[in-house]
Amino acid sequence: MKPDSIFHTVEISHYIYLSCVLFCIGLFGVLFRRNAIVLLMCIELMLNAVNLLFTAFSSYMGDSSGQLFVFFVMVVAAAEAAVGLAILVMMFRNTRTTDVSFLSNLKG
Amino acid sequence: MPELSKIPWPFLILSFISILCALYVVTSNSPIRSVLALILTFFSISAHYVMLNAQFLAIVNLIVYAGAIMVLFLFVLMLLNLNKETEPLKSNKWLIGAAVSAGLLLLVFTASIQTSSEHIMRHPEAGTGLVKSLGKVLFTDYLVPFELSGILFLAAMVGAVMLGKRDAANESDTEITGREEV
Amino acid sequence: MMQNLALIILSPLAGFLITGLIGKRLPEKVTGWLGSLAVLVSFVLSISVFNQIAANPAGMHQKLFTFLSVGSLQIDFALQADRLTALMMLVVTGIGFLIHVYSIAYMHGDAGFYKFFAYLNLFVFNMLVLIMGANFLMLFFGWEGVGLCSYLLIGFWYENAEYGKAARKAFVMNRIGDLGLLLGLFLIIFEFGSLDYHTVFEAAARGDHNLGVITAICILLFVGAMGKSAQIPLYTWLPDAMAGPTPVSALIHAATMVTAGIYLVVRCNTLYHFAPVAQELILYVGIATSILAALIGLKQNDIKKVLAYSTVSQLGLMFVALGCGAYTAAMFHLTTHAFFKALLFLGSGSVIHGMGGEQDIRRMGALKASMPLTFWTFLIGTLAIAGFPFMSGFFSKDEILAEVFVHNKVVWALAVGSALLTSIYMLRLFFVTFLGSFRGTDEQKHHLHESPWMMTVPLAILAILSIGGGLLNLPEIVGGGMAHTLKHWLEPVTGKPAGEHAISHGTELALMGVAVAMLLGAWLYTRNKYQSKGVVPEADEAQEGTGRLLSHKFYVDEVYDAAIVQPVNTTGEILYEQADRKGIDRIVNALGNLWVWLGGLYKKVQNGNLEYYLIFMVAGLILIVGFNLFR
Repeated sequence: MKPDSIFHTVEISHYIYLSCVLFCIGLFGVLFRRNAIVLLMCIELMLNAVNLLFTAFSSYMGDSSGQLFVFFVMVVAAAEAAVGLAILVMMFRNTRTTDVSFLSNLKG
Repeated sequence: MPELSKIPWPFLILSFISILCALYVVTSNSPIRSVLALILTFFSISAHYVMLNAQFLAIVNLIVYAGAIMVLFLFVLMLLNLNKETEPLKSNKWLIGAAVSAGLLLLVFTASIQTSSEHIMRHPEAGTGLVKSLGKVLFTDYLVPFELSGILFLAAMVGAVMLGKRDAANESDTEITGREEV
Repeated sequence: MMQNLALIILSPLAGFLITGLIGKRLPEKVTGWLGSLAVLVSFVLSISVFNQIAANPAGMHQKLFTFLSVGSLQIDFALQADRLTALMMLVVTGIGFLIHVYSIAYMHGDAGFYKFFAYLNLFVFNMLVLIMGANFLMLFFGWEGVGLCSYLLIGFWYENAEYGKAARKAFVMNRIGDLGLLLGLFLIIFEFGSLDYHTVFEAAARGDHNLGVITAICILLFVGAMGKSAQIPLYTWLPDAMAGPTPVSALIHAATMVTAGIYLVVRCNTLYHFAPVAQELILYVGIATSILAALIGLKQNDIKKVLAYSTVSQLGLMFVALGCGAYTAAMFHLTTHAFFKALLFLGSGSVIHGMGGEQDIRRMGALKASMPLTFWTFLIGTLAIAGFPFMSGFFSKDEILAEVFVHNKVVWALAVGSALLTSIYMLRLFFVTFLGSFRGTDEQKHHLHESPWMMTVPLAILAILSIGGGLLNLPEIVGGGMAHTLKHWLEPVTGKPAGEHAISHGTELALMGVAVAMLLGAWLYTRNKYQSKGVVPEADEAQEGTGRLLSHKFYVDEVYDAAIVQPVNTTGEILYEQADRKGIDRIVNALGNLWVWLGGLYKKVQNGNLEYYLIFMVAGLILIVGFNLFR
């Protein structure tokens, strides 16, 4: 099937549902998992769900702004991953664990 | 909900892969497998982008996410040798709590989509996803945010280096990592 | 030319800033002369203004900036100079300069030397604002300013707790008066819609305003004057104010600040013209104060206290003149009083300086030999205040007495009595201090010396002024063509009150004769008692009967203490215990505890566990989206 024809057969609501499902899966992971690195991955998953939504709207409306926002989200995601992983390494060095529950010890 | 049979099969297959891989990311016990599953998810999402006529974005998604960010995750996992560590899973209470929360949110989202008025937008322009049109908008309307994101990157880089630097005072009791990260 | 007015007040202000900020690092001489120079500049400029005013009776007016503007009420920071102001300016800056010079020697070696000059300069600045302000708010500004300086200078030696208390007493008593003044100002705004002298007096002169309100305004302004000029019932602070250094007593508590009340009434003479009730009140308060203070002065043994009560008494006499509507007489006496009372205070300061800080006249005596210049100048001051013929006090006091004689014979008799008492206590002071035998310690006798020239020269100048001050306003029988100079001078301000000088020359001469006879009697009496018999005044404790009553100042302080201070203190303590500690404190503590308790509840949510935060975040997200859904 040619890419162009997809706009006639797939409605935008399908993409919305898909990204909602992906977002909620990511959210579930954030809530359920304790490993900080998996947590970060779940956040990436949620961001990608949002990116998909942006792109879908952008394509259906014929406006490139939505796709540009995806770039900015990527920028933020990349920065976040770099800093987050650095913090994680730091934390692992000092505590020998990546369990976020351990961070409750930081409470004053 | 539209009928499944009317939906073209590439969309169905790609969506299926995405959701399956995403679920595996969340439920897998091994972080390495999670990363790999996540990369697969990103691939499927990139495929979606292609279908949506956003070819450039698809490539960038592959390069930046699957290529750079996820590899960074992999590096960290391997360098810290985290895979061996068995993560103590949370209690069932948390499983139920998380599932209920996520489910509720999904419910609320779908409900909002259902109630929203049916504006089916179909004004696709062939060129929206191309590098040329994207670049034009990026360097005219979004020039300032673009420059600012450069500064953000710089700050993130400096921050990551500072954080990853080994503390001279703690040199003796931190021999777990072999190398500096980032 | 117009800038002169601003420069006159700015010069002492600059002096205040310089001496106050860097005076500590400068040598004493430099600080002292800088401070004096600042006042001298004002004095010279005042003379120039005085000359201009002489040619131009309407006066000068200079608006510097708008002080405040509320609705239709606009008050400018404006200065003016008319003939009344010009006279006061010369008195303030002239005597102020002499006292500054005097202080250089008097305060020599004091740790707070620079501070003293800063305060003095600030005082001169405020006093000038008070008299040169072109509206009531400026007057109030200066009024409060001089009150502050008075407080600072009375408590100058604040290490002594008694002095600190005296300063506070002066401040609080002045505040009571200030409240009256402030209420008066509010009433003026209410009635006239302006505080500007020109507007208010012009409107009042039309005579179509409510006389009741004007009377109330006048009485309230007089309450302010009572506080500042130490009249019954607010006079008790002035004798206590002698705690300050003697130059301060001379400048602030004799020559200038305490006369601000007189100035206020003279300035508002247009208003008082429509308020005969207020004038009567002034008359009676003035005469009562004059007699009371003179009686107390008879039995005081502190050289400065005698002079202080004398000041209160003389101020009372000036108010008597104001009560008769004899503004010229009041201003005349104000001016001459400034000369001889400053002279007397500086003379007493010279004595105290020579005696090494001794203030009790019972330990002095026979100072004539060792301090000749002080002796002669003090004698001149004493004679001037006692009304020795052809000296300044003679003319000014006689003019008041003549005015009162026309106005009210009973009050005249009392005023004559007050004048007699004045002669007695002043001569007593003089005889006991300078004649007889020396009663101090040997050490004091050894230490005894004449004061340096910086102290004696101002004394000499003031002595000359005290002798010649009467020339300002000679009565017709003496001056002939030169008579009533001051009266004519002040006419643009005070107008020409009808019915003045209704007495014949014969009566006037008779009145003068009475005054001279009284002085003679007082001289003989005191000379006989204190010089020939060598009686030394008894200590306060040894007094009996009336003397005891007088030496304890009629127990006024004690009565005030029992009637006002103690009840207020007790009420305060009861309120503190019952209302504050048991009422307000408990409510406040209960409120505090409530939030602490609520915080304790919420604290459990803040357990530092990331998962809980996330759950709450998601719950919030669900609620937000859900709320929008079912809206």
